[in-house]
Amino acid sequence: MTVPRTALAMVLLSTAVVLQTAVLSRIPLPGATPDLVLLVLVGLALAQGPVSGAVTGFFAGLLLDLVPPADGTVGRWALVMCLVGFAAGRSRDTVGRSTFRPLLVVAGLAAAAIAGYALLGLLLGDPRVTWTALTESLPTAVLYDVLLTPFVVPFVMSLARRAEPEPSWARLPR
Amino acid sequence: MRDTRRTRVVLAVLLLVSFTLITLDLRGGDSGPIGAIRSATGTVFGPVQRAVAAVYEPVRHFFGGLGHDEQARLVQLEKENADLTLRLRTSQYAESRAAELDALLKVAGLGQYRIVPAQVIAVGPAQGFAWTALLDAGSRDGLKVGMTVINGVGLVGRVKSVTSSTATVLLLVDEESTVGARLEGGLTLSLANGQGGTQPMQLQVLDPRVVLAPGDRVVTRGSDFVSGVPIGVVTAVQPTQGTLVRVADLQPYVNVRSLDLVGVVVQGPRTDPRDSVLPPRPSASPSASASASATTSPSGSAGATASAGPSAGASPSR
Repeated sequence: MTVPRTALAMVLLSTAVVLQTAVLSRIPLPGATPDLVLLVLVGLALAQGPVSGAVTGFFAGLLLDLVPPADGTVGRWALVMCLVGFAAGRSRDTVGRSTFRPLLVVAGLAAAAIAGYALLGLLLGDPRVTWTALTESLPTAVLYDVLLTPFVVPFVMSLARRAEPEPSWARLPR
Repeated sequence: MRDTRRTRVVLAVLLLVSFTLITLDLRGGDSGPIGAIRSATGTVFGPVQRAVAAVYEPVRHFFGGLGHDEQARLVQLEKENADLTLRLRTSQYAESRAAELDALLKVAGLGQYRIVPAQVIAVGPAQGFAWTALLDAGSRDGLKVGMTVINGVGLVGRVKSVTSSTATVLLLVDEESTVGARLEGGLTLSLANGQGGTQPMQLQVLDPRVVLAPGDRVVTRGSDFVSGVPIGVVTAVQPTQGTLVRVADLQPYVNVRSLDLVGVVVQGPRTDPRDSVLPPRPSASPSASASASATTSPSGSAGATASAGPSAGASPSR
């Protein structure tokens, strides 16, 4: 991964994690917290493709796992977000420069991220994953994330495109 | 678009690393390598989170009226405000003021807890399913893992991990949280289990002879947490015929969605405060939550050790 692109991803993701824990999750919204990290990740992956998406997603998830007050098993968000980044990157060509398709991508991936995290929790025997918790957080998360998408994703995408068009090692045969 | 071999290799490696991390964390716990990485990350991000929270705090208070709870609180505070203004304007200003201060001092001493005040600076996102909060006080302020965290109305939780400048609190409503409890006026061993922030807690009374009723109040028993801290009120009794455990829904006093200033008990009371920290019966005092903010108000900088009751005791305005 090239230097400006890596630096951009690091800065954006760290900012997103801090804002998500210190600001967004303290707003007394019903249900879930707006998932700023996921939105930034989708923006980066849409600009950069599946391989960078997966790598960026892994580190984004690692931040979610590690930055306090996170209390889940480390590696859970990393795994889920790695797949989210990969999927977002793969949808890059389908999304193109469309306005509405990113909304669909975010809606699908927001739901998939929470469902995946919950499923992983069930496999690991996490007592916190309950049907109530899932049904409360999943629909609201999708709603909040879709609402925030127009403000975050295009901005992140343009920043990422400006940082560098596309690294040679991640360029895929079309 | 087709995935190349390289894509698949990268993805497979990342997933493998994730699984390795999960395994390492599950096996090592807080003492393992993952625990060290976690606390290092906390040390790095802690100051940033503090700074952002400091900027955000005034904004949060400004928009505080958005939630329903805040609305109810606003109405209550307005009522109290009117009441107090009236009282201020009536004659014996100085006398009543002295009396209020007297009452306040008495409340502060009720629980005999030594607390370090701390501000909540971050909360775990709801989709992580964990109910945790980050405080702006850490090991350099004398905080240790396992300490009880209270606020003006009752029990908040317990310190789960500390870095030098921050501490993560496992809130009492988290599914992993179990609080040793007892009913007001009794000694029967009970457990208050968290069921997630939006659900009432579950109270298990380990004695089938106990008759539970809505309105029964519950305090900490004092083995894992300091004793006598108000936990909540029984709202509904579950049918448990033929079992040896009585089960009820328990509404915690603390609202975990709007935590603000809390106190970490660095030294418990020398003698069990029994039920003295519970607020007066509801009919007697309309201002249980309001009296609280008065006692914990040595607001601000963590590290200042203050001796204050977790309040909620007798309303100081009487």
